[in-house]
Amino acid sequence: MYELRQVDKHFPGVHALKAVDFKVNRHEIVGLVGENGAGKSTLMKVIYGAYQPDGGDVTIDGTVVRFQNPRQAMNHGIGMVFQEQSLILNLTVMENIFLGYEQQFVKFGIIDWKAMAQAAKAQLAKVKLDIDPATTTSDLSFAQRQLVELAKVLTLEERIDGDLVILLDEPTSVLAKEEVELLFGLVRDLTKRASFIFVSHRMDEVLELSDRIYVMKDGAVVDVVAHDAADIDAIQHKMVGREVDKEYYREQKQKPYDAAQALVSFDQVSCGRRYNDISFDLHPGEVLCLVGTEGSGREAILRTIFGLETPTAGTVKIKGEQVTSFAAQSGVARGVGYIPRERKIEGIVAGMNVYENMTLSQMPNYSSGGVLKVGEEKAMARTWIERLGIKTPDVYKDCGGLSGGNQQKVVLAKWRSGGADIMLLDHPTRGLDIGAKEDVYEMIREMSAAGVGIILVADTLEEAIGLSHTILVIKDGAFQKRFDGTPGAKPTLYDLVHHMI
Amino acid sequence: MAEALLVEGMETRIMSDITAQTAPPARWLTRERVIKWAPLLVLLFLVLLFPFFEWLEDFREAKDHIYLADSRFFSIRNAARIAIAATPALMVAIGVTFIIIMGSIDLSMEGTVSVCAVIFAFAFLGWGGTLASWAWLAIPLALLVGAVVGCINGLVHVRLKIPSFMASLAMGFVGTGFALLLTGGDRIRVEDELFRSLLTVRWFNFPIMCYVALAMLLIAWFIQSRTTLGRNFYAVGGGEELAHASGLNVSRVRIMGFTLAGVFFAMGALLAVGRIGIAETATGNNFMFISITAVVVGGTALWGGIGGVWNTLVGVLIVNVINNGMVVIGLPNYVQDGVLGLLVIAAVVLSTDRKTVSFVK
Repeated sequence: MYELRQVDKHFPGVHALKAVDFKVNRHEIVGLVGENGAGKSTLMKVIYGAYQPDGGDVTIDGTVVRFQNPRQAMNHGIGMVFQEQSLILNLTVMENIFLGYEQQFVKFGIIDWKAMAQAAKAQLAKVKLDIDPATTTSDLSFAQRQLVELAKVLTLEERIDGDLVILLDEPTSVLAKEEVELLFGLVRDLTKRASFIFVSHRMDEVLELSDRIYVMKDGAVVDVVAHDAADIDAIQHKMVGREVDKEYYREQKQKPYDAAQALVSFDQVSCGRRYNDISFDLHPGEVLCLVGTEGSGREAILRTIFGLETPTAGTVKIKGEQVTSFAAQSGVARGVGYIPRERKIEGIVAGMNVYENMTLSQMPNYSSGGVLKVGEEKAMARTWIERLGIKTPDVYKDCGGLSGGNQQKVVLAKWRSGGADIMLLDHPTRGLDIGAKEDVYEMIREMSAAGVGIILVADTLEEAIGLSHTILVIKDGAFQKRFDGTPGAKPTLYDLVHHMI
Repeated sequence: MAEALLVEGMETRIMSDITAQTAPPARWLTRERVIKWAPLLVLLFLVLLFPFFEWLEDFREAKDHIYLADSRFFSIRNAARIAIAATPALMVAIGVTFIIIMGSIDLSMEGTVSVCAVIFAFAFLGWGGTLASWAWLAIPLALLVGAVVGCINGLVHVRLKIPSFMASLAMGFVGTGFALLLTGGDRIRVEDELFRSLLTVRWFNFPIMCYVALAMLLIAWFIQSRTTLGRNFYAVGGGEELAHASGLNVSRVRIMGFTLAGVFFAMGALLAVGRIGIAETATGNNFMFISITAVVVGGTALWGGIGGVWNTLVGVLIVNVINNGMVVIGLPNYVQDGVLGLLVIAAVVLSTDRKTVSFVK
C-alpha cells in the first residue's frame, strides 16, 4: 500500500539513503533496524515528509505522491510518534491531541471545550487510556504521555479516508517492561485500522512485534526478513558486516599502555537513572572506548569525569585523589579535557577567533592581574596551528568560519596546550569527511603515545575497535563486558553488537 | 591539445579546492562586512543629510548657501553641542554594552544614575562643596555606589535566578524610589566652579567632559579587548554552555559584568550632573531608551557575543545626531522618538540572521 521505490537522499558529503525500496502492507507491522548512522532516521524523515528524497518515488496505492512537509504527509494518512516526545507539557491532554486542528471545535471564534473533551475522550479510548482530557500533560507519566502521543496520531483516522501508516520511533525507550507489553498489545489491536513502522534499538522487541524486518546498513536496505524466518544472530551480522581497515585506524601505532598507575578510576559508580554500578580504570596512554547504543549512559560517564554530573553512589578518583566536588572548573584544574559531541554548542565559541578559543580554558595562564598577554596567546596559537596543521588564514579568523575538522583541531589544541592529560572525546569524528577523520585518528595516537589517557565514545563500532586498547560495553546504563583491544586480538563487530542489544 | 586543456582544467580545479580549504573565497561584500560597517555609514549619511535639508530650505527661499560650509548643523559649535549631549549617555551605553555582549540586559540605568547623582551631590556639598577640598572624595563614592547597585543587580539575577531584565528593571525602580526618598523631590545644585569646569572649560572647542568620556571609552576598550573579564563577556555571550564547560565561573563573570556596568552608570551620573549642575531624581530620566537604542543601533547583537564599545560610540552619536539634526531643521520632539524607534527595529532586522533563528520569544 505505502511504498518507497529506489529512494535516494544526499546530504553534503554523505549519501544517506542509497536506492532504498521499502514497502508497508495493510494491517502490517514493519520493523526497521540498523546501527547508529545506518540511515534509519533519514528514512523515517522521508516517510513522514520532513525530508524530500532526491531520487526515486514515494507511492500510496500505486499513485506517486510528494510531501513538502509533515502536514501534507499527515493528510495522506502518515503519522509519526516521536521518540523525543512532542507533546507540549503546559497544555492539557485534549489541547495536545488537537493541536493545529482546533478549527473543528470553533463556533463564532470560540472553542467549544466540551465538544473537544468529548472528542479527546474518544481518541484516548482507542489507546485504552482512561484519563480526564483536561489534565495538564506534565502531570502524566512517561508511559501515559506515549499513549497520548499515539492517540494524537490516531486522530488521523477521522480526518483521512484511506489507510493509515504510523511510525513508532523508539517508543519503548522510556517504558517499563509491563508498559511495553501494554503498548505492544495495543499496537497489535490497532493493526485492524492502521499499519505500523516500528524502529527500536532493542532487537528482541522488534523481533517480537514485527511481521517483517528491514535491516539497514550504510544507507541501504541490506535485508528484509519475515517474522518467522528472523534470527537475531543473522540480523546482527547483516547490520555490521564490514571489513576493518587496520591502516585506516593507525593500528600499527598502537602501543601498550602503562598499567601501573591509574589516571581515572571508577569504583562502583552510579548516577541516578543514567548508569549504574560502573567500575573501570583509565591508564596513561590507554584509549578506552565506551560502546553502547544511544542513551546507554556513555555520555553521562564522560560528563561525570569532567565534573558536569554528580554521581549518586560510588567513588571517583582522578590521579589517585578522590573527587568530592563535581564542577567543570575542578575538572579543568585536574587536567581533564572534554570534547563534546556538539562542537557548535559546546566545542568552540563562534564569533571568537582562533587564539581566543584556544585560551578559553586557561586564561589565568595567559594573563596577569586580569590583563591578557595577547602576544603570548597568539604565539601559542601559532605553535599549535602548525603542530596540528590547522587550516586557517591567521589567528584572527573567527572559529565559526572554519571547517568541522579544523574546529575539532582548535578544540583539541585548547585542551592539549593547557596540559590536559585526560581527554574525553565524545564522537570526535561525527560529521567529518574521511581526511579529517584520519587526522583525528592520528592525533589520538599521538596523544596516547604522549601518555594521555583517552576515553572515547566512537562514532561507529569499527572506529571503537580500531582505535581502542580497551572496550567497555554498556547497555541501558549497566556494564556488560570488557574487551581487550590489543592489535591482532581485537574483538569483532559481532562480538560487541551481541552485548549491546 | 584538448588533453592538455583538460589537465590544466583539473589542475585549476584542484588548486581552487585547496584554496577553498585554506580560506573561503573572499567576497568583498559579505553579510558580516555590511553589518560591521553599516552603523558608521548610517552616521556619515546622517551627518551629510541634515546640512542638505538646510541647504534645500535656503535654496527655496533663494538665499545664498554653500553646502556644508554655511550649515549650522555641520559646524564645530554644533559638534561640541552634540558631544556634550552625548557624553553622559555614552557612559551609560558603554556600561550596558558589556551586559548585552554577555547576552543579558540591564535596565537599571535610570535608577542607578539617579541614586549616584543624588548621593554624589549630597556628599559633595556635605564635605566642602568644592573639588579643592575633601569633597573630591564624593567622586569615588559615587562610583562605589554604582558598583554596589550593579553588584546587587548581578547577585539578584544570578543567585535568585531571576531573568536579568526583570532583576535590573526592579532594581532600577528601587533606585529611583531611593533617590526620591533622599531628595524629597528637591533639586540639589552643584555650583562649584572647579567641578563645573567639566562643562565650562574648553580645549580645542570641546569641554573637558568630552575628554573625560573619551578616556573612559579607552578604558572600556582596554577592558573589552585586553582583560580576562572582557574576554569572558564574549565567551559567555557567544556560548554560555561552552564557557561553563571550559571551566569558566559564569556566575562570577555575570556579577562582575553588572558591577562594571554600575560603575559606568555612575560615571554617566557624574557627567550628567557636571553638564547641568543639578542632581535630582529626574537626572536618570531617558537614559534607558537612549542607551539601549544606541547599543543596538551601533550593531551590538542583542543575543550577545558580537559588538563592542566602538559600536556603542557610533550608536550614541547616531542617536544624538538625529536628535540634534531634527532640532536644527525644525522637526518636533515626537517625530524624533518615532524615528529612533524605527531605527532600532531596522538595526535589529539588519543584524538578525533570520535563517538561523526560527522562533523568537
